[in-house]
Amino acid sequence: MEEPKSSAPSSRSESETDEKGDGAGAAIILFFILGLAASLLVGWIAFPALLYSEKRQPVDFNHALHNEIVDHGCASCHFFREDGSFSGAPKLAQCIECHREANSDDPEEIRFVEEYVKPGREVPWLVYARQPDCVFFSHAAHVRMGGIDCAVCHGPIGESTSLKPYQVNRITGYSRDIWGWNIAGIKRNTWDRMKMDDCAECHAQARVPGGSVQTQKDGCFVCHK
Amino acid sequence: MDQPKNKRYGMVIDLDKCTGCGACMVACMAENNIPFRDDDTDKLLSVSWMHVYRLSNGKPFPHAEECFLPRPCQHCEGEHGHSPCVSVCPATATDYDMHTGIVSQIYTRCFGCRYCMAACPYHVRQFNWWDPVWPEGMERALNPDVSVRMRGVVEKCSFCYSRYQTALNRAYLEGRRELSEEEYQTACTQACPAGAIVFGDLNNPAHRVHQIVKPDLAHGGRPRNPKVFRLLERLGTHPKVYYLTRRDWVRRAGDNEIQKT
Repeated sequence: MEEPKSSAPSSRSESETDEKGDGAGAAIILFFILGLAASLLVGWIAFPALLYSEKRQPVDFNHALHNEIVDHGCASCHFFREDGSFSGAPKLAQCIECHREANSDDPEEIRFVEEYVKPGREVPWLVYARQPDCVFFSHAAHVRMGGIDCAVCHGPIGESTSLKPYQVNRITGYSRDIWGWNIAGIKRNTWDRMKMDDCAECHAQARVPGGSVQTQKDGCFVCHK
Repeated sequence: MDQPKNKRYGMVIDLDKCTGCGACMVACMAENNIPFRDDDTDKLLSVSWMHVYRLSNGKPFPHAEECFLPRPCQHCEGEHGHSPCVSVCPATATDYDMHTGIVSQIYTRCFGCRYCMAACPYHVRQFNWWDPVWPEGMERALNPDVSVRMRGVVEKCSFCYSRYQTALNRAYLEGRRELSEEEYQTACTQACPAGAIVFGDLNNPAHRVHQIVKPDLAHGGRPRNPKVFRLLERLGTHPKVYYLTRRDWVRRAGDNEIQKT
């Protein structure tokens, strides 16, 4: 590594000679700054806008309104099945229990009844928290055994009056809620992201006993399938 | 957080009951979404987690005998969980879980170097040379609890780990952390028409697998039952799949040293 030392003084002398033609030097610096700003704009604004395609939910569901009426909070519609699996987004059969006909003159409810209830069509809900195929998540382990609130992972969605847009990554096909909405990956709340690191962070804090020989942490098969 | 006692899930296969029908292989393929091709005759290229081998005692007619040997992943414990494949994996894609005694394989983590395949003395690990292609309509019959593997990764028997996960799910909902013996059984165990495969927790004296094998857990789970043997016992891999037979030549074949002529 002798060469850089010997070449340093010569390059300095070159730049000294350049400064005599000062207009060219300033133009290069300006060009560099403009280029940097343009790349940053592309990387932070244009690329994310291109990467995600946005969709609206088929029906704009009002969680806050329903939460006031039902008896068991979230579990009234998002419940456990008998075999321990979690039902997730409700099926039409559960909606019909109350919405055989429109209960109000809310145009969204009337549209829901006309488009889905009357023809008996399932609502194609877009699931924000849909994980990749290789992930096994047990709601029973977290909610029943761990005593974790729904909002810890899903946020205060139960208090929302309108469903937020659903963004899907065009390359991976996964919901943006998995990677998080902040393009820099900054996380302020526990529900901001649903990546593997976020699962692992909580598992480390909760001191979930690890059985892995390789990592001394949780075994991989705890959350993978 | 309280943790239930460590399990050591294992299997004992009665080779005198096995008829070589292959029901275990079929059940395994269906349960674990194992890909197949139009021509799967080249077994170096095909994938099957459970494979039934045919052994012969090599003697002429009146004394000729055959034996079928089903071979799932042996889930070697090695020394303190350092099974041959786990020790060599550079990607931490395969791991030994002290809570269950199961050797896991994480397909999304594997980058297909196949070091584990070279390390495994039992040939249980197989490589996906192609992306899986299912006959039209069959993809709707895939098991949603098992992820489908892509081209370029290694896969192997997981003791139907998805069944353990779903069984635990139910137990958690009912407020239990312990599973009963019949709640978690592998697909091959349940499919075997001869009842040759017994699966359970080797640590638990109430489980049938423990009662048959009588494992000496202080010495790597060496079987105390003289009719029970393990494959390549002398390697010290301490597999958790045991074989049961009363035929001496089969037991000898299980530790197949090169014959001196």
